[in-house]
Amino acid sequence: MFGLKSASLFGETKKLEREIDEFVDIVSEVGLVFKSIVPTYLNHSANGKFEEMVEKVKEMESKADKITKDVEHTLYEETLIPDARSDVLRLLEHIDELIGMYQGNCYHFSIQKPNFPKEFHDDLIELTETVVNCVESLCLTVRSFFRDIKSVRDNAHKVTFYEKESDIKFSSLARRIFDSELPLDQKMHLRYFVEKIDRICDQAEDIADEVQIYAIKRSV
Amino acid sequence: MEITILIFLLGGLFLGWSLGANDAANVFGTAVGTRMVSFTTAAIICSIFVILGAIISGAGTTETLGKLGAINALPGAFAACVAAGISVYLMTKVGLPVSTTQAIVGAIVGWNLYTGSSTNIQVLLTILSTWILCPIIAGIIAMGLFTFTKRVILNRKLHILRLDAYTRTALLLAGAFGAYSLGANNIANVMGVFVPISPFTDVNMGNLFIFSSKEQLFLLGGLAIAVGVFTYSKRVMYTVGNDLLKMSPVAAFIVVVSHSIVLFLFASQGISAFLQSINLPSIPLVPVSSSQAVVGGVIGIGLLKGGKEVQWSIAGRISLGWMTLPIIAALISLIVLFILENIFNLTVSF
Repeated sequence: MFGLKSASLFGETKKLEREIDEFVDIVSEVGLVFKSIVPTYLNHSANGKFEEMVEKVKEMESKADKITKDVEHTLYEETLIPDARSDVLRLLEHIDELIGMYQGNCYHFSIQKPNFPKEFHDDLIELTETVVNCVESLCLTVRSFFRDIKSVRDNAHKVTFYEKESDIKFSSLARRIFDSELPLDQKMHLRYFVEKIDRICDQAEDIADEVQIYAIKRSV
Repeated sequence: MEITILIFLLGGLFLGWSLGANDAANVFGTAVGTRMVSFTTAAIICSIFVILGAIISGAGTTETLGKLGAINALPGAFAACVAAGISVYLMTKVGLPVSTTQAIVGAIVGWNLYTGSSTNIQVLLTILSTWILCPIIAGIIAMGLFTFTKRVILNRKLHILRLDAYTRTALLLAGAFGAYSLGANNIANVMGVFVPISPFTDVNMGNLFIFSSKEQLFLLGGLAIAVGVFTYSKRVMYTVGNDLLKMSPVAAFIVVVSHSIVLFLFASQGISAFLQSINLPSIPLVPVSSSQAVVGGVIGIGLLKGGKEVQWSIAGRISLGWMTLPIIAALISLIVLFILENIFNLTVSF
């Protein structure tokens, strides 16, 4: 009786471990796709590829949603990690929102088609790269929360670093946009996009702070 | 067997029930309270191993209790058990984790006082000294084990889920060991006073082994403990697991292991004989308190974390309970013996 139970316990555990790893992989991959999506969009000649990439992000987002639900069910049905269950679920939900923010950005580019003049391209690409690096560091933070609690603080520190970088880049780009000769409506439209990309970093930093608290709670 | 004998044995069974209801919570309380192990699983494992511990290793501590005061009449033994049971119940009502050990020792001394029998001061002092040693040893073991386990967990970089699965299994194993040690160490409290006046006779089990009268008593006591576990320990387990202490599952595991090691040490005739054989002071085989062992373990871990998390006022209250319980048990024992002798005209000693 107990043997069977413990066998299924270890089976479920391995399956869940895989699912959580896969979930974090998706966040990382969505980031990498997003990093190429912005330059692809700016390069108007490759619009077909851009839509293809948006579709890919959408698929990955649905997959992440499914994993979140699966993990949630298993954690509650099998009453696993009772002391950290609610923290883990909240964490996964917040990361899922982060993926949603990537997806939202892609859709907005696809629907509203903002017209970024060439002079802002490099800055926008740089901002995007910083945001993706920030989320990459968050992925490391989350992985270390699950496996190597001692490294959580170091990785979370990197998230904070990139968030500050992103703030600086956002302010500089926004300033340049408003200093330009563009009409006000276009300026506001571009600022909206720049701000939305930067917000991904804010969310990543909030999650990293959250993970640090969970890590303290989880300390043996 | 006469019906009166059965009635008197009920006193011991009542004490066994209260042991199952309260002390079993020390073994599985943190595991069940933190929902790492389900109550049914805990109750089944606890019952099986308590009975095994009682029958296989219960003899050592029983001898010590016998030396403290050999109650030689069934009504006397009944009075001691009822007095111990009532005093444990009263303390539980106040919300203090006490053990049947302190109660039964107080009750036996009460019987000695009432009947004018001499109390073996040497044995009494040995028992009292183990009550101080037991939480200290449990605390030291807990500190050592906790430091070691923490280092292993951090270095192995186990996934949170894998660690959870391992901790669950470890809690079950530690609980089984704890229940075995509890049965071995504490069965003396429940049935020890009945051993010299056992109503049972040895049974030859098909020439395979002899099921002695003492073992039959211990089986009965073990069953009473199991009934206590199933009927009343759930609430106490949740109290121990949730209200009394806020611990991580790993810390809970360490506390159970330290508790079990201490109970095992004070019950193991083998280890005691081994220490004696290599000219080391042997461990006195004394029924120690599982609550004391658990509280010692928790304080040990608390001290490792800087001592801020230890609720010293509660620790003080618990210690006060440990000091007053034997006295209360002795007083109740005197009252019950007086009633049995003067109202029911029963002989409480020969």
